[in-house]
Amino acid sequence: MGNQIVVPFGPQHPVLPEPIHLDLVLEDERVVEAVPTIGYVHRGLEKLVEKRDYKDYVLIAERICGICSFTHSVTYCNAIERIMGIEVPARAQFIRTIWMEYSRMHSHLLWLGLTADAMGFENLFMNAWRLREEILDDMEATTGGRVIQGSCKVGGIRRDISDDKLGEMVDHLKKIRPLLEESNRIFTHDQTVRHRMRGLGVLSKEDAWDLGAVGPTARGSGCDMDVRSSGYSAYGELGFKPVVFTHGDCLDRCLVRSEEVLAAVDLVERAVAKMPDGPIEEKVKGNPDGEYFAFSEQPRGECMHYIKANGKKNIVRHRVRTPTLTNIPPLVKMLEGIEMADVPVVVLTIDPCIGCAER
Amino acid sequence: MQIFTMTKRALANLVGKPATLMYPATPAKQYEISRGHVIIAIEDCIYCGNCQRHCVSQAIVVDREARTWEIDRLRCIICGVCAEVCPKDCIFMEPDYPPSTTGTAMEFVQGPPAPPKAEKKPKAEE
Repeated sequence: MGNQIVVPFGPQHPVLPEPIHLDLVLEDERVVEAVPTIGYVHRGLEKLVEKRDYKDYVLIAERICGICSFTHSVTYCNAIERIMGIEVPARAQFIRTIWMEYSRMHSHLLWLGLTADAMGFENLFMNAWRLREEILDDMEATTGGRVIQGSCKVGGIRRDISDDKLGEMVDHLKKIRPLLEESNRIFTHDQTVRHRMRGLGVLSKEDAWDLGAVGPTARGSGCDMDVRSSGYSAYGELGFKPVVFTHGDCLDRCLVRSEEVLAAVDLVERAVAKMPDGPIEEKVKGNPDGEYFAFSEQPRGECMHYIKANGKKNIVRHRVRTPTLTNIPPLVKMLEGIEMADVPVVVLTIDPCIGCAER
Repeated sequence: MQIFTMTKRALANLVGKPATLMYPATPAKQYEISRGHVIIAIEDCIYCGNCQRHCVSQAIVVDREARTWEIDRLRCIICGVCAEVCPKDCIFMEPDYPPSTTGTAMEFVQGPPAPPKAEKKPKAEE
């Protein structure tokens, strides 16, 4: 048995996209224990809810995360709408679903690129980000923003998408679908990718369940849990099926995301085919009074918004639990027993977003 | 397991056109509804202050007495709420971004002096 040393990893580290700090207890080159620390980018966005009108806060809720921005605003609006008993028009629900799936595609493609970069596969990294750019172009053409859409409001959506534009979007997705499939094939079959990630950072199904893993981290370990199955927004009418892999290693977490990009393309196509006509927003009168837990499936996993309001225009309490926070205990479990050189790849596979974990 | 899976794509990229735009020689992509910056047609403004009240980042200051409209471009988050709530539709979103700056970016718009009769009408409309 060798001597134990502690190596600090992060918060500023070349491979980490976000400031998470890990104290790695090493025995020779092997990790015995990892102690995570967060708290470097706290912005106090939850406190801000006491100072802003609940309708204007949608735009701040959107800025909790720079990648799953639209999903945050939809979850916040869902909570307010349930408290106030607002029935959101069907067309608004469908368009919200389309934008949520678009943000899932761009988030996953971003992550796939980062992972390829972390294992030194620069060509694949550029390929994933080029595809992401195509998705972002459609986002900007329909919402006016690339990653901050600003298109959700309490009671509906701000902007409609014309039927012509919806047709164009589907045509564009049909055009890039072969490229997405090619990228998926590379992640599934390429020797470099498999050699780097197969059997690394294994999280068993029981551990994933006990430690509260969510999103692709849980689905890569064989847990069939996806909030979209509950049918919020328009997911209930689109015949949604979760993507589940069973090995629980880094490669399976990667493949879940890679397959979900294709599943998102299917969902968008189905949503456009079923798109109802009608208004895009419901008039909102009065202030919310009550409390509600709203759940949604972000690209990174299950997200919860808790809202408590007392009938005034400022909300009393807003609490957000983001997927990264719940994925840190499974991450600590995954890190036990792996080599020091594998730590960056394993940390990346939970898709850490510390910006939204600390808000 | 396969090897050289990326080769076909890499060769296609080698002979194909670059995927990136040669910015700034080629202008960046813009769409009709891209949110770049806010402008105001001050001659139509009635100085009701709706934009100031709804501005999430408190970037807009409207002075009814002095007939001025002021925006802090560095505070503005370009959400487009002011353009939506404007009763006269005199605030617009332009698709291009404002130029970068090292100091403050306050923009001060002075409205035309009010004709003595016209001043009462906008107040009645509110």
